[in-house]
Amino acid sequence: MTITLPEDSVGIVEPQQLHFDEPLSLRSGKVLPAYDIVFETYGELNTKKSNAILICHALSGDHHAAGYHNGDTKKPGWWDSCIGAGKAIDTNLFFVVCMNNLGGCGGSTGPASKDPETGKYFGPDFPVVTVRDWVKSQVMLMDRLEIPKWAAVVGGSLGGMQALRWAISYPERIAHAICIAAAPKLSAQNIAFNEVARQSITSDPDFHQGYYLEHGTYPKQGLTLARMVGHITYLSDSAMRAKFGKTVSDFETEKTNFGRDLRSGKLSFGFDVDFQVESYLHYQGERFSENFDANTYLLMTKALDYFDPSVDFEGDLSKAFLNSDCKFMLVSFTTDWRFPPERSRELVNDLLKAGREVTYLEVEADQGHDAFLLPIPRYISAFRSYLCRVHKEICQDAP
Amino acid sequence: MRPDLEIIQQWIEPESRVLDLGCGNGTLLNYLKSTKQVRGIGLEIDEENIQCCIQNGVNVIEQNLDEGLSNFQSGSFETVLLAQTLQALSNPDKLIDEMLRIGERGIVTFPNFGNWKSRLYLATKGRMPVSKFMPHQWYDTPNIHFCTVKDFDALCKTKNIHVLTRTVVDSQHQGSWAVKSWPNFLGEIAIYHITKG
Repeated sequence: MTITLPEDSVGIVEPQQLHFDEPLSLRSGKVLPAYDIVFETYGELNTKKSNAILICHALSGDHHAAGYHNGDTKKPGWWDSCIGAGKAIDTNLFFVVCMNNLGGCGGSTGPASKDPETGKYFGPDFPVVTVRDWVKSQVMLMDRLEIPKWAAVVGGSLGGMQALRWAISYPERIAHAICIAAAPKLSAQNIAFNEVARQSITSDPDFHQGYYLEHGTYPKQGLTLARMVGHITYLSDSAMRAKFGKTVSDFETEKTNFGRDLRSGKLSFGFDVDFQVESYLHYQGERFSENFDANTYLLMTKALDYFDPSVDFEGDLSKAFLNSDCKFMLVSFTTDWRFPPERSRELVNDLLKAGREVTYLEVEADQGHDAFLLPIPRYISAFRSYLCRVHKEICQDAP
Repeated sequence: MRPDLEIIQQWIEPESRVLDLGCGNGTLLNYLKSTKQVRGIGLEIDEENIQCCIQNGVNVIEQNLDEGLSNFQSGSFETVLLAQTLQALSNPDKLIDEMLRIGERGIVTFPNFGNWKSRLYLATKGRMPVSKFMPHQWYDTPNIHFCTVKDFDALCKTKNIHVLTRTVVDSQHQGSWAVKSWPNFLGEIAIYHITKG
């Protein structure tokens, strides 16, 4: 049977892997002596090597950003809506690279990998990695791929924070930073949600202080709970009302339903699932827990909590951007309450204070933080147009 | 290019920093970028205009002028522009103060409500003027603060603003001797190049 993939899809893609023997000194002071990086690429690198774009993934993402893996032609990569021929990140114009960050569970070295020195799983002994460390490892991959400078580094949420770190730490190697639904640093509320997620994982009896792989088990319940909490913060109240409020009757409209669709048509008067929203969260949490490593989840949330580039600049983020040389595009979404528009505006103001060139869009969208992954027309056309400008500025003369 | 923009561009130094308040579709900034290597940023709230700016390769920030410009540093631009937007602001006087805080010089253009056509319309019909140039009814107009050349001169005097150049043109954007002699009567568009006094 032949399967037809969408025409604008990058098609069937195969992850690549590179091994690095150069030790990576981490912000924590620890050193990762050697590591593997798994990544995917889409599109063709031009002869001047000027059309490369780096995609940075967020908390639960990985290197599989677009296209399909052989044998799984149902579910495309996590940002397939934006990467492909004629899409916002146009693979006819750009060579797109996306890697699985260190500490991840998509194939790059992380807690679920075996430590070559001991032959055992790293587990909780895998060092805590930060955004800065990831970007350092992305430079290593870039050098190996012989890319002198990124036309753009692009990311949403935690991915956007990596784009910012690139602009600060490697100004000569990035021409544009595109930072979507991000923040200059996490607020207490953000950290609080992350801590609930971590606690649900670490308090699961199957967690075994992080050595669950050695015990042949995994903290499914904890990871499910962590994802359920996280998932709520990615949606907006209005998105949830729309998603779970489809029942219309003589006395109820979608507007008055409040998203209270029942799962089986009546209340159970017990403590089982009554509402659709509950069942949805259970499903999402469970599905996630089957494909993700709990120690990685802990690491990723810590990387988020620790992100604050202003620490090296007496708390003044604008000073961090003084040496940046790239241009910036920032986008926020009106109902995003995880990283609301105010947080992006703070970034814009710091960039302006540093005299940087900025484009900023505040997109009206109901979908909350998740909006950055969705094909919202205004967002997509602005994103595509901005990248056309990038291509025009940087790559137009290059064959 | 819109003729008032044609006049404005002559006052912009090459390679200077320009902030365009209400930059529309970015025509002027795009022109200044390609002809004078200006480093420009535009502020705009209209979605379509913002999209056009991005297509034009113009840096644009979605920001409402009525919410102030406190996020811009003092003296961070050579020129701050306000073209055909003054009359739509909630607090035009405060914004002009802000323009001259942020920029060394300001350029303001606005439709002159003291023009003879407006006067005649009001005098003969007794109703708020509606024309091709100002097509809105009084209740749905975005233009909530109309002023005349004389009014603006008075504001500059009160605020101790120094007018470097005042150009007043008619609908053909011609600055004939007649328009120069009776600017508040014959001029349709006023263009001011200002700085702190």
